Amino acid sequence: MYAFTYERPKSVEEAVNLLKKSGEAKLLAGGQTLLPAMKLRLASPGTIVDLSKVAGLSGVKRDGNDIVIGAMTKHVDVMNSAEVQKSIPALAHLVSVLGDPAVRNRGTIGGSLANNDPSADYPAAVLALNATVQTNKRKIAADDFFKGLFETALAGDEIIEAVRFPVPEKAGYEKFRNPASRFALVGVFVAKGKDGARVAVTGAGESGVFRVKEMEAALGKDFSAKAIEGIKVPAKGMIADLHGTAEYRAHLIGVLARRALAAAK
Amino acid sequence: MSATGIGAAVRRKEDQRFITGTGNYTSDISRPGELRAYFVRSPHAHATIKKVDTKAAEKMPGVAAVLTGADLANDKIGGLICGWAITSKDGTPMKMGAHPAIAADKVRCVGDAVAVVLAETLRQARDAAEAVEVDYGVLPSVVDPAKAAAKGAPQIHDVAPNNMIYDWHLGDKAATDAAFASAKHVTKLDIINNRLVPNAMEPRAAIAEYDQGNDALTLWNTSQNPHVARLVISAFVGMAPEHKLRVIAPDVGGGFGSKIFIYPEEVVALWAARRVKRPVKWVSDRSEAFLTDAHGRDHVTHAELAIDANNKITGLRVHTIANIGAYMSTFSSSVPTYLYATLLSGQYAIPAIYAEVDAVYTNTAPVDAYRGAGRPEATFVVERLVEVAARELGLDPAEFRRKNFVKSFPHQTPVIMTYDAGDYDASLTKAMDLIDYKNFGKRKAESEKHGKLRGIGFSTYIEACGIAPSQAVGSLGAGVGLWESAEVRVNPTGSIEILTGSHSHGQGHETTFAQLVSDRLGVPIETVSVVHGDTDKVQFGMGTYGSRSGAVGMSAIVKALDKIEAKAKKVAGYMMEASGDDIEFKDGKFTVKGTDKSVGWGDVTLNAYIAHKFTGGQLEPGLKEGAFYDPTNFTFPAGCHIAEVEIDPETGKTTIAKWVAVDDFGNIINPMIVEGQVHGGIAQGVGQAMLEGASYNSDGQLVTGSFMDYAMPRAADLPSFKVDTTVTPCPSNPLGIKGCGEAGAIASPAALINAITNAVGHENVPMPATPSTVWKAAQGGMKKAAE
Amino acid sequence: MSNVTVTVNGKSHTVDVAPETLLVELIREKLRLTGTHVGCDTSQCGACVVHVDGVAVKSCTMLAMTADGASVTTIEGLANGSALHPMQEAFREHHGLQCGFCTPGMIMSAVDIVNRKGSDLDEHTIRDELEGNICRCTGYHNIVKAVAAGAKAMKGGAKPARAAE
Repeated sequence: MYAFTYERPKSVEEAVNLLKKSGEAKLLAGGQTLLPAMKLRLASPGTIVDLSKVAGLSGVKRDGNDIVIGAMTKHVDVMNSAEVQKSIPALAHLVSVLGDPAVRNRGTIGGSLANNDPSADYPAAVLALNATVQTNKRKIAADDFFKGLFETALAGDEIIEAVRFPVPEKAGYEKFRNPASRFALVGVFVAKGKDGARVAVTGAGESGVFRVKEMEAALGKDFSAKAIEGIKVPAKGMIADLHGTAEYRAHLIGVLARRALAAAK
Repeated sequence: MSATGIGAAVRRKEDQRFITGTGNYTSDISRPGELRAYFVRSPHAHATIKKVDTKAAEKMPGVAAVLTGADLANDKIGGLICGWAITSKDGTPMKMGAHPAIAADKVRCVGDAVAVVLAETLRQARDAAEAVEVDYGVLPSVVDPAKAAAKGAPQIHDVAPNNMIYDWHLGDKAATDAAFASAKHVTKLDIINNRLVPNAMEPRAAIAEYDQGNDALTLWNTSQNPHVARLVISAFVGMAPEHKLRVIAPDVGGGFGSKIFIYPEEVVALWAARRVKRPVKWVSDRSEAFLTDAHGRDHVTHAELAIDANNKITGLRVHTIANIGAYMSTFSSSVPTYLYATLLSGQYAIPAIYAEVDAVYTNTAPVDAYRGAGRPEATFVVERLVEVAARELGLDPAEFRRKNFVKSFPHQTPVIMTYDAGDYDASLTKAMDLIDYKNFGKRKAESEKHGKLRGIGFSTYIEACGIAPSQAVGSLGAGVGLWESAEVRVNPTGSIEILTGSHSHGQGHETTFAQLVSDRLGVPIETVSVVHGDTDKVQFGMGTYGSRSGAVGMSAIVKALDKIEAKAKKVAGYMMEASGDDIEFKDGKFTVKGTDKSVGWGDVTLNAYIAHKFTGGQLEPGLKEGAFYDPTNFTFPAGCHIAEVEIDPETGKTTIAKWVAVDDFGNIINPMIVEGQVHGGIAQGVGQAMLEGASYNSDGQLVTGSFMDYAMPRAADLPSFKVDTTVTPCPSNPLGIKGCGEAGAIASPAALINAITNAVGHENVPMPATPSTVWKAAQGGMKKAAE
Repeated sequence: MSNVTVTVNGKSHTVDVAPETLLVELIREKLRLTGTHVGCDTSQCGACVVHVDGVAVKSCTMLAMTADGASVTTIEGLANGSALHPMQEAFREHHGLQCGFCTPGMIMSAVDIVNRKGSDLDEHTIRDELEGNICRCTGYHNIVKAVAAGAKAMKGGAKPARAAE
């Protein structure tokens, strides 16, 4: 790791000021992606603003028809939340297949979303459930939040405070793990909400998480595996690497979407 | 059998420190005043070094020195060598290019060291390493062994035109060609034996310390054979005379072959420590390990099997291109030759075999022995050929094997080896029973009901272990003998230290070796300790690899114990006023034959040292004996592994439903430890077959440079294994043991690929059979079925 | 450099560290507790797992500064004096280790599994839960057996990890 200045603010306001003060500052949430990148010297922030002591950023609560999850809520706490398990079991399932137990004990939802790894699990849930990302400045709709590989709509001095998930009628998540990294080779989140069906795919897209509109249209009428049987996702725009061709990933999207639908609750 | 003797599942003595976090691995050691070393490594696969500018780096905080290949050459530190001379068909010696520990003129693979920074802290060293400016002249590179010798390929070492190190052959070409000419059926296969990264969980490390007053050096390193390291670093690298160099390999966290070799970093650490007169510590990180540890396998092979009208195998011929990497690592030349082609007869009576092996340089990390070393590659060739042949001929693969098994011993193969003992029918039969082979069809039908494909695959393997008779390997080009040493030191109070040239890095020698002594001398196992891994304590030894420590290392202990017993009997004789010849020794008691006069072990050991019962003229005091054991033959562990898989054709996910291993390791000292060795070997073989594959892109960059892209087997990738044994004792060593360390890794890849190809219905499934590969293969299989 | 105060294996330490110091570096290099190992640089192998405030954490992926005020248990703190923790005992009894390098992390993860999932663990659960721990020696066969047995023994009244309570 390169040397850096370490700051541990107690409030969001303090954290924002630190971000403004230093151009090269980076927020540290659970650190499960940032710290490995820093160890390999792939990231070199001049200042680390550790959010672990900022009050009020953790916890899961029900707010009307929404589940609101604080940005610093650890994966394990989302997974074990009775509220999440009851209202959005697919989200609890997604977290249970994310990383490993030790990673889930440190990693946070806000950290994962701000990083927007193209193979991360959370972006698929946020996009499919049409969640809203609440920051210190504004509310960002999921469709506007993800901007491509490791890029989001967040400004340099913007901090995610919470994520608001509308409770769906039904949702499911199916993940096929990359055999090496255990990230999603492909992950498909399907959800039926009040505005219709949404299908979000992680791991496969060259530009990160994306929606499959053709499936959504079919599922709007009939939210079942059968409804999307004939739909083929084109290989164009899919990641191709050592672990799978673009064709394989495109094919897996169909398989996993059908399985997610079959398991949806 | 006593509770701690031969054959007992004694719980391991070494575990106490490992389960309490009090082991002592090289990276746990810190020497006062030590500097941390960090290497500047080439980002290019092939380039000339035009200039290395260290000025900026030298001025950075905490930096003690920045050393380059030119400095190394100025100090006349020699290069690394390959210790096994292989001769080409035309009688010319192999073409070994120079391998300086730090490159001075040219880099030949990504990760080649071009400078080393020594600083007070690791971070300072790493920061300064980034400030070293290297001006490279980038050259075209080649990574594919099949293309390395092609016309116009980049030339890697001047001494090896067309990158050809040797073109070697073994066997009778004319007889083999004749067998093929008269064959009724010929099975042909093209095989890529995928390149693997050993990935012992403990990354390599070295700490070097210079004692100015005595002009002596000490090296702590992660070595499987510290004495060989000392010999090479002394005699070939010219670092220091052997008696002025001490090498200590403390607890070592797994090796699997990769820690046999002498590496640049330990040479540099020694040299640097003497130059700056401070201890120097280097610890590899995992990314560095991927680039610089010797890799394994990497063969491109065409193989053919000739079969007559009676379904008897009449001939086998093989052409293999072996990738040696950018430099010839310590034993690299022997792996694709004498450790490979000599096993191509498998468990079968094959009258004619001919093998040709071309070894080539490429711009990749060096390739050398990795668990099994040549024998997994041979087994994969033979067991794939045999399985495919049976399928092509419409024969049951088990019965086709049985029909061709070697059935009488000793059996001389056409490729050097003389198999001494075995019962291949017995292990095959037992394995088939254990996996319930006769009901496989029912299980397959059940899987199909759920849309799954099911397949079963055999691997009846053989390996040559107990490496090796020195004179024999010497005649084949080995630069060293492959005997083993032991010294038994009995203390006056009767406790015992066993000093062995073997080295344990997970194998449990501290327990099994002590079991042998406890069994033989009738003493409590707690009173026996095993000393290894320190050249100042153990006089010389050849180390641990090739499943040799039981068959060779323990045989040396047996020889030394014979001498101890003989001398102790003499002492007992003087104590009881009887002739030593009249003393019987049993269960720790010395008895005068035909009387009830006896003395105990502790009495005798004490009397050996106080020496009151005999004069100096009658007997030397003390009780300490040493022995060197040179085996008279290889040993031949063999057995049968059967894998059963279920495949989800929609995703290509392969689940191992069942795994049965029945091995013949001869006599077994500790069945618990032996089973553990089998489990671990299978896991590595499954890794090769399903998960692991080192991959370079066309620019010579290692694409699989971390665990993010190189798939290591996790717990959920594997099943529990059903492991059993059959026993034919090895006739060539006193304990009748054959060795068990590599069997799992040797047998398993073929079993698994045979099962997967059986499930998908065709043979085109390369390793590693990852989900995407199997998915594609399953699509192909379904297409084929539909036609 | 800044001060960090951590309680490690029941003993409080105040140590001056650079901000970039990882928890594992604090443990190994400053406190010289070398039982916690480093086997990779991508937070995957789990050789460095310790308990921080009672839960398993990869100590190579946490800043020492972030651990300020925390209670840490390492493999050295698991045994109760000379009495081994039942999970340690189970690893020995079932030959759940060979070279021993991954073992401290394996045992710390195993204790964490039992703390979270209870004492009746089936093979599937154990294999899934060991996702973040890589062993190259054992093929996991005996590790799985050891974790199951250790879990049962922990139920038998043996004291679980010291941190957290």
